[in-house]
Amino acid sequence: MNPQGERWTSDHVLALAPDAPSRKAGSRLATPGSWPETGTRGSAVWGLCKGSGSKPYQTVVDTAGPAFKCSCPSRKFPCKHALGLLLMWAGEEGAVGEGEPPAWVTEWLGARQQRAEKNAARADNGRAGDGGSGGPSSAANQDAARRRAALRVLRIAAGATELEQRLEDLLRSGLASADRTGYGTWDETAARMVDSQAPGLAARVRELGSAAASGPDWPSRLLAECSLIHLLDQAFLGVERLPHALAATVRTRVGLTTDAADVLAGADTTSVRDRWLVLAQQDAEEGMLTSRRIWLRGERTGRMALHLSFGGRDRPLDLSLPRGLALDADLAYYPGASPLRVVLGTRHADPAPVSGPPPGGGTDAALAAYGHALRDDPWLDAWPVVLTDVVPIPGRDGEPWQLADADGESALPVDPRCTERAGLWGLAAISGGEPVTVFGECGHRGFVPLTTWDPEPVAL
Amino acid sequence: MIDETTASATWDDLVSAALLGTERRTPLVTGRADRSAAGALLDAAAVSTVRRRAALRPAPARERPVPAPSDPRPPLPPAARRRLGLLLADRNGTSGGHRRGTAPDLTELLPQWLTAATEYGYRAPEALLPALLDAARARTDLRAAALGFAGPRALWLARLNDEWKFALRGVGSTAALPGPDDPEAVRALWEEGLFAERVSLLASLRRRDPAAGRALLAGTWSTERAEDRLMFLDSLREGLTVADEPFLEQALSDRSRNVRGTAAELLSALPGTALAGRMADRARACVELVRIEDGASTFADAGHTSGKAGEDAWTLVVEAPHECDAAMQRDGVVLRPPTGRGRRAWWLSQLLEAAPLDCWSRWLGGREPAAIVALPVADGWRTELHDAWCRAAVRQRDVIWTRALLGAPGAAQPGTGTYGTGPAAPQTVGPAANPATTTATTATGSTTGTASASGASASGAAPDNPAGSSRDLARLLTVLPEDERARWVADFIAAHGLSDAFRMLGVCAVPWSEPLGRAVVDALDIARDAGSYPWSFSGVMGLAERCLDPAAADRLDMLTATPDEPADGSPGAVGYWSEAFQRLVGTLRLRATMRAELAP
Repeated sequence: MNPQGERWTSDHVLALAPDAPSRKAGSRLATPGSWPETGTRGSAVWGLCKGSGSKPYQTVVDTAGPAFKCSCPSRKFPCKHALGLLLMWAGEEGAVGEGEPPAWVTEWLGARQQRAEKNAARADNGRAGDGGSGGPSSAANQDAARRRAALRVLRIAAGATELEQRLEDLLRSGLASADRTGYGTWDETAARMVDSQAPGLAARVRELGSAAASGPDWPSRLLAECSLIHLLDQAFLGVERLPHALAATVRTRVGLTTDAADVLAGADTTSVRDRWLVLAQQDAEEGMLTSRRIWLRGERTGRMALHLSFGGRDRPLDLSLPRGLALDADLAYYPGASPLRVVLGTRHADPAPVSGPPPGGGTDAALAAYGHALRDDPWLDAWPVVLTDVVPIPGRDGEPWQLADADGESALPVDPRCTERAGLWGLAAISGGEPVTVFGECGHRGFVPLTTWDPEPVAL
Repeated sequence: MIDETTASATWDDLVSAALLGTERRTPLVTGRADRSAAGALLDAAAVSTVRRRAALRPAPARERPVPAPSDPRPPLPPAARRRLGLLLADRNGTSGGHRRGTAPDLTELLPQWLTAATEYGYRAPEALLPALLDAARARTDLRAAALGFAGPRALWLARLNDEWKFALRGVGSTAALPGPDDPEAVRALWEEGLFAERVSLLASLRRRDPAAGRALLAGTWSTERAEDRLMFLDSLREGLTVADEPFLEQALSDRSRNVRGTAAELLSALPGTALAGRMADRARACVELVRIEDGASTFADAGHTSGKAGEDAWTLVVEAPHECDAAMQRDGVVLRPPTGRGRRAWWLSQLLEAAPLDCWSRWLGGREPAAIVALPVADGWRTELHDAWCRAAVRQRDVIWTRALLGAPGAAQPGTGTYGTGPAAPQTVGPAANPATTTATTATGSTTGTASASGASASGAAPDNPAGSSRDLARLLTVLPEDERARWVADFIAAHGLSDAFRMLGVCAVPWSEPLGRAVVDALDIARDAGSYPWSFSGVMGLAERCLDPAAADRLDMLTATPDEPADGSPGAVGYWSEAFQRLVGTLRLRATMRAELAP
C-alpha cells in the first residue's frame, strides 16, 4: 500500500519502464519464484531477487517518490528488478506481504528522508535571503566560488575567441574543403572547447561534423550551424551588454549551468503552480549518462515545461512520471529568454491519471509557436507543441512523413531522422487515416512526434 | 550588432559564397568596419538562418491515405492488451544462448493467445498493429492467426508499407470479394486481379458455389502459367468432391509434370474415381493372397508359431511392377525413384498409395483391415506394403485402416516401422532384393520391443535395403478422432516413454486431454527419477508448457521442489529438473492468467 491507500495498476508500473526490453524483462521477473524474500511497509516495497551471481540483488522502491534502488549493475532506471517487484506487488493483493523492513531497506529510506529534509532546509534558507545564516567561513567560501566562476568566464571567453578564429578561417578557405576534413578537425576543436570549460560550445562544434556529412544540401546545413555558433560566440563575448534574460540563455547555451537548488531559491525565478499533464517521457543515452526528458503542459496556463535529468552509474535518475498523469505542483523555470526547462518544486498532490488528449492547434500554430520562441532564443532547434486534428501521411520513396491538418492543405514534414522509428507506423495505425492529436517537438528540421492519444497516451 | 543590409543577399548566395571561401571571391556582404569578410559572411548567415527558421511555413499536404475500413469488433480488456504488448515485445529479444531458467517463454505463447483472442472476437489494439504485422512477417506459422486478429486495419496499413506487402498476398479477408450472386464482378476480378486476389476469389467462390468456382478456373485454365495452375489446383483440395473428377482427369494430361502429379494425388484421395479404379487394378495385380501348404516354405516356421489358427497359412505375396508405362505416368506415378530406392519398389509404393483401401477387403476374402494388416507378407515386402497403406490411409482419411495400421500403442515401435498386431507376426523388413539376406533376418518375432528394434537395425544394414521405413506415425495419427488420438498417444508414452513421442504430441489437440497430460507428466517424472538431464526432454517440455491443461499446474507443484541428489543420477540434474518443472508450472499458470484476462 502506498500512503494513499491504493496499490498501483500494472499499467502504471509498466509506464515507468525506460524502454520495451525493460518492460519485458521486468514482466518476466514478476513471478514469486524469482523472489525468495519480499515485503512492504508504508510506501516502501522491497525484495531480494535471484540474479546470476551468488548474492541476490537487493531491490527497494519508495512508491511515494517514486524512488528506486537496486544493487544490480544495470544502468536502466528503474531496473528490471524494481519493475518486476512492483509488477508483482501491483498484480495481486497480498502478493507482497506486509513485513518488517530489513536493515538495508531502513538505511536507504533513512538516507532519503535526510536528504529530503536537507533540501527543504536549503530551499527555505534560499528564500530567506542569500547567506543570511552564513558566518565568516561561508563568506570566504562564497568568495572563492565567485573567483572560480570569474575565472571560468574568462576561460570560456578565450575559447569563444579561438572558436571565432577557426570559423573565420573555415569561411575564408571555403566550406568546400570541410567535407573532406571529416570529423577529426571538429572533434579536435570540440576538445579545445571542453578544455575551455564550455561544454555547450563543444557539443555544437561536434554537431558540425555530422552536418558536414549529412548528405545533399550539407553546405547549407553546415553554414547555418556555423553561423549560429558564431552568433553564440559573439553573444557570449558581449554578454554584459545583453538584456538579463537573453544573457541567461546565452550562458546556458555556452554551458554554464545553474543548480536546481539555485533555480528554486532564485529571487527572480518564475515559479508556476498548475496541474501539469505529463505529455511525454523519453530517455536517451548520452555518453556515460542517461538523460531523461519529461515534457509537461500546464492545464490552466497552457505553458509548456521540460524536466531534464541525468543519471549515471552511481546516480540513478530520480524522477519518473508516466504519460497521462497530471501533477499539481510548482514548477520553477530556469532563467532564460524563452524559458522551458524547469525544476520540480513543491508537489501539492500525488499524480493522478487524466484521460484524453490535451488541447492543441494546427500546423500553422505549431510553426508560429516555434517562430515565436526563436525570437527570444535564436539557438532553439525545436519547441514542444500539441497538434490537434492532424492526419499522418506515410512517407514514400524517400519523401518524409507528413502530419497534415485535417482541414486545409497544410502539413508539417516529420523530421527525416524519425523515418526509421517504429512509432510512426504505430501513429499511422492509431490514426487509420482519421485525425489524431500528436504531441511532439516542432523545429526547423521538421516535427518529431513523441505521443499520441487513442484516447490513452501512446508513446511514439 | 549585426548590420541589417547584409541580410539582403539570398541564402543560396550566402551558401555559395561560403563554399568557395571569402579569400577566393569578392565579398558578397560587407559588415561593420571591424569585421573581416568571413565574419561579415557569418553575421549575414546567422541573420538569414534565424529569419528563415522563424518564418517556416507549412508544406502542401500530399494525398492523404483513404481512411481505414471500420472494425466493429470490441476492444481487448486492458490486461489482455498489456499482455499482447509483452508477448510481441518478447518476440525480438529472446536471450539466445542462455539457459532458459524458470521464466516462461513468451514467444511460444503468442500463437495460442492469438487463437483465443480471435475466438472471443476482439479487435486488435491499433498501436500494436505494426508489431503484429512484423510478427506475422517473421513467422509464417503465425501469419494466418496474426493477420486474422489484426483485421482490416492491418491490411490497410500493409498497403502503405512495402515491408508488409506479404499481408496482401493470400489469406486476406474474403469480405471484400464478390460472391456468386455477382458474376460480372467475379469475372472482372478473375481476369484482372492480382494472383493473390484470384486465389482468394477462387477459394471463397468454391466455398459457396463449388461448380461456379470450377467453371471459373476451367474457363482460363489453358492460358494460366504452369506455376499458377499448380497453385489453383492445390486450392481445390479444400472441399474436394467427386464433381471435381472430370476437371482433374483432364488435368492429368497437363503440360506440367507437377500439375499432373497434383491432379493424380487429388483424384486418388477421392475413392470411386476412374483414376482410383485404374490404380486399384494395377495394385491388385501386384499383391496376391497365397495359401502355403508346403512345410518347406521359407515362412512356414514363423507362420506356425502364431496362435491364430487358420490365418497363419495365408501369406501375401508381392510382385512389384516390372515397368512404369505411359498410362501409369499419366496417372501420376513418378518414373524415377529418389536416390537409394529401387525402381520397382518405388512404383509399387505409388500404386498402393493411390489405390482405394476399401478394395483390399473385397480382394482378400472379406477380411477386416486389422486381419489384413496381420497377414504375413512374403519376401520382406511387409514394410513397403504397410508403409504404402499408411500413406493411403492418410490420403483417404480412412479411420478403420488407420486403427489397424497403428495397432495397439503398447506394441508400436516408432522409427523402426515394425510393430506387432499379433504377437508372432513374421518380421521381415524391406523389399527382398536379395532373398538370402531376407531369410537371414526373417525369423525374429516381435515378442519384445528390443527384439524387433534390433531386427530392424540388422536389416537396415543389409545391402539394397533402403531406409527401413518411411512411416510417419504422427501423420497417420491425424486421421484418428481427437480423443482417440490422445488416448493412443497416452498409451504409447506409458509403454515407451517420451523419446519418440515428440511429433505425436505435436498432432494432439490443445489443451491435452487429462489422460494424455497425466501420461506426459508421469513420463517426465520417471525420466527425472532415472537421473537424466531435463534438456534431453526439452522438446517435450516445451510442448508441455504450451499444451498441458493449465488446470494441471497444481498437481505439478510438488515436482518443482529440489529433492536430494540421488547417488547414481547425473550431477546437478535435480536442480535443473526442479527449474524445468518450475518453468512448466509458471507457464501453465501464465496461460491460465492469459485466458482469464481475455474473458470479457
